[in-house]
Amino acid sequence: MGDMFKKAHFIGLIVVVLVVAVLLKLPVQTMGKFKLAISGLFLPLFGWVSSTHDVAQKTGNIIVTKRELLEANKRLQNENQQLRLLLTRDAELERENDRLRQYVGWKKQQPGSLKLGRVIAHDPANWWRSVTIDLGARDGIRVGLPARTMDGLVGRVYSVSETHSQVVLLGDPNVRVSAGVMTTNRQEETGIIMTSSTSPQENNMVDLAYLPGSSVVSPGQLVKTEGDGGVFPPGIPIGRIVDKRSRDNGLTTEARVQLFANLASLEEIWVIVPGNDQPAVAQPAPMLERRTSKTQRPNTRTKTK
Amino acid sequence: MNALSTIFILAIAYVAVFLEAHVGFVRNALGVQIDLLPALMVFAALTSDIITVIALAIIGGLLFDSLSLNPLGVSILPLFLIGVVIHRQRELLMREHFFAQMIMGVVASVLHPLMTLFLLMNGGNVPLIGWKSLWQLFVLAWAGGIATPLFFKIFARVQYALSYQPRTDVPFRADREIKRGRTTLNS
Repeated sequence: MGDMFKKAHFIGLIVVVLVVAVLLKLPVQTMGKFKLAISGLFLPLFGWVSSTHDVAQKTGNIIVTKRELLEANKRLQNENQQLRLLLTRDAELERENDRLRQYVGWKKQQPGSLKLGRVIAHDPANWWRSVTIDLGARDGIRVGLPARTMDGLVGRVYSVSETHSQVVLLGDPNVRVSAGVMTTNRQEETGIIMTSSTSPQENNMVDLAYLPGSSVVSPGQLVKTEGDGGVFPPGIPIGRIVDKRSRDNGLTTEARVQLFANLASLEEIWVIVPGNDQPAVAQPAPMLERRTSKTQRPNTRTKTK
Repeated sequence: MNALSTIFILAIAYVAVFLEAHVGFVRNALGVQIDLLPALMVFAALTSDIITVIALAIIGGLLFDSLSLNPLGVSILPLFLIGVVIHRQRELLMREHFFAQMIMGVVASVLHPLMTLFLLMNGGNVPLIGWKSLWQLFVLAWAGGIATPLFFKIFARVQYALSYQPRTDVPFRADREIKRGRTTLNS
């Protein structure tokens, strides 16, 4: 009996080691497809929970009194009027912006459309930061697209299946974002948003690393995406500087950044889907190109639109 | 234990991983996501055969990794090693005792993340580890310690509900004396 157990354990060990070795040696893309296929097994449960949530919400709506509804209606009408006024002003600003862009020769930036996804799962492991959302390839989601909330940037799409996607969040080692800070002397300093070196498991804290050694960033200053690299469009708010310290014997400065988005309690995420015809990053201005061409740089691009 | 028990254990693993990924109140309150698979593995190793242990390690590990940024399959080996060690020594363990179950749950819940992290770091990954990891291990240990005896109770109830029970009310009454032989009526 004892020998039989030993043999069974040994065979079991070989089987498991083989399975693990094969899985870990799979190419990254194949592994990603396998992962998404297996995580698809949870979709019935996620769908069931989602529909239960909707039913609970509808039930809650039924028991709202008429007086409360009227008050909410009045409040929304006021808000609607204010938004209409803002929209008119924004349209005027956009026209003015377009005229100035034409004058300077800058290509118009297309912000892309936003797709709202509901967070259906958080990473069950304590050592990664990711969430799964209910948007997939059928909704136009692609790997690498930036994700945000109304508060600010939260991360980027890591893998996509037909029906759901995995979004890796800021602070995870798999996400690095080029970010900039407008300092008090009107100069922009750029660095890279990465995992916090002092508190890596702090949900809403990241580092802005590789700032210049003579950086003058100070607590409270706004950190936004820079747009370098083409993944994240420029201008998305990320957070505010908390403090800074010198690194690499004074060669660089590292600042801690408190994120605007609360990553611990994400329920909905907007994925920024760019149009097919435009790149994520604006093309360089032809006027600047012409300027550089005067300084003997023959191979400069002069794309105009 | 039969095939039905194995299927039931695997179904519990599926639901456990779903709950780990979906239910956020423990994560929000304590900053830690508790893991129920090591506790379930302790239960499976103490009550089931080696096939169930292997199936739980592979399927549970795959389900867990599919919702995580872990490379697929990295959780399988730690789960299996916990299961196989307990399974080999289970005749020596006092598996019926609440305290023994709890201690095994605590040890398994601490060893599983540690072994997984070891594999991850050896594979060139950079997981998020810091001083808070000690707090996470502490909470995981407690959660595993509570969950293991709970699994024993749940499965005992299920088994009681699904299996035939021996009939306890026998027609024979112990307080009645049967006298054999002829009886004489005096009147």
